[in-house]
Amino acid sequence: MALRSVVSRKTLAPALRHYRSLTTFTLPDLPYDYGALEPAISGEIMRLHHQKHHQTYVTNYNKALEQLDAAVSKGDAKGVVQLQSALKFNGGGHVNHSIFWQNLKPVSEGGGEPPHGALGWAIDKDFGSLEALVKKINSEGAALQGSGWVWLALDKEQKILKVETTPNQDPLVTKGVSLVPLLGVDVWEHAYYLQYKNVRPDYLANIWNVINWKYASEVYEKESA
Amino acid sequence: MQPATACASSGLTIPWLRRCSSLRVKCSTSQRAHCASTSTADTAEPIEPIEPIDPIETDPEPDPEPFKLKPLPYPFNALEPHMSKETVEYHWERHHRGHVDSLNAIIQGTEFAEMELENMVLTSYNEGNPLPFFVHASQVWNHDFFWETMKPGGGGNPSNVLKYLIERDFGSLDELAKEIQNAALTQFGSGWVWLAYKAHRLGVGNDINPRPSKKDKRLVVVKTPNAVSPLVWDYYPLLAIDVWEHAYYMDYENRRGDYVSVFLDKLISWDVVSDRLKNAMFRASKREKMEKREMLLDKMKEARLRVKAVDLRPTPKARPKMKRRQY
Repeated sequence: MALRSVVSRKTLAPALRHYRSLTTFTLPDLPYDYGALEPAISGEIMRLHHQKHHQTYVTNYNKALEQLDAAVSKGDAKGVVQLQSALKFNGGGHVNHSIFWQNLKPVSEGGGEPPHGALGWAIDKDFGSLEALVKKINSEGAALQGSGWVWLALDKEQKILKVETTPNQDPLVTKGVSLVPLLGVDVWEHAYYLQYKNVRPDYLANIWNVINWKYASEVYEKESA
Repeated sequence: MQPATACASSGLTIPWLRRCSSLRVKCSTSQRAHCASTSTADTAEPIEPIEPIDPIETDPEPDPEPFKLKPLPYPFNALEPHMSKETVEYHWERHHRGHVDSLNAIIQGTEFAEMELENMVLTSYNEGNPLPFFVHASQVWNHDFFWETMKPGGGGNPSNVLKYLIERDFGSLDELAKEIQNAALTQFGSGWVWLAYKAHRLGVGNDINPRPSKKDKRLVVVKTPNAVSPLVWDYYPLLAIDVWEHAYYMDYENRRGDYVSVFLDKLISWDVVSDRLKNAMFRASKREKMEKREMLLDKMKEARLRVKAVDLRPTPKARPKMKRRQY
């Protein structure tokens, strides 16, 4: 579900080089205007975040994929392994941000409305209350050193909700193969610096006003079925 | 009779030093041991037994001074237009000061409070398993270093030894800039980019290279994540570029590459980097000498032990007495 938002188009590679075509990625459009999330997140931040950061991840991911393709075709094992960090960083950045844009919604369209139904019950069961969950995510996000993400995850195997953090642009699966991201909050400085400067806790407190619980509920219901 | 001249290091009077004052006598270990055990007996008054002092009565040692935020070497707007006043102010006032305050809060009352900052960084790194206050201690050190690396009207070219080493180890200043750019752009996340002087050490742990060569004492470009610095790898840092986003976001947005090239063209103080290099080379060579001496002493000790173990003769061979030279 989450990856459905990634728009892909096939590119025809030159026939002389190899017969496989490489799937490249493009920047997904935001489902709302840049300024629609104010005052929680300013329009300037949203614009830069989407047009510059996410676009750079997509561009560099495509570049790394092309290099990977060439290395795999040539059988260059060393080259393949050397590309892994660039793939993880740029690919992870693309995956994470694609989920992030779905996690946000303007207040006028239902952003910030608490979860109902199955997800609401699960949150009460696993964390006690929504307030407790929010407090936990905020404290883990504020304590994260450097850059990273804080996630509300569903552990498909154990069938419980968890709060996890990942450093830099590592996707959630690096913390556990059975983890499915329901909500991700970007705590890289670029996500809040222009508006909140170094006060990350304020950013975390305010972002809950624009969190799209409906999307999280949909993913939860689909993955826990 | 002329008074006997005393040996400078042990204080033993040696009668034959009377005539030749330039003769420097090195006392043997046995003489020094003798000195140490008998010196107080000759001259000191009988020692009275010291009464135990009630600990409550003495004044407690004053708490060590908390760390203070080091002032910037230039005003906030001195680095404009390359680094805005706002960036410098927020960076120093909020981030750097925040780390100082957090550090003081954590170490107050602990044994770490008396340590020097550099020592604290190395100790708290704990060989890769950092203690909770490592990030604060290291960031305080890194930021102090960072502010001093820059100066208003910076840029230009390095000179003298620094220039020679850059050309030897990188080819040219442009090559060095390219490598620094590459390191900055591949530091995926927050961190720092450094130029460091690497003394003769293997890249593994802190091992001494058994076969040192001129190539070991070289300049290297390193990148470190989050708060780590090359101090923990026993390198001597020469310059630091902060590539945490807070260092450049307000001026360059996401264009980290532009920020780094402006840093190298317009902000860097090559004089400071040269001074650090001089200092690093001096400390590295001093340390090398000490280590060589220690290795030699160890070898001698081993050799002596080996000889003792093999010596199975029932009676030691009588050694001829040294002839006393008559002056």
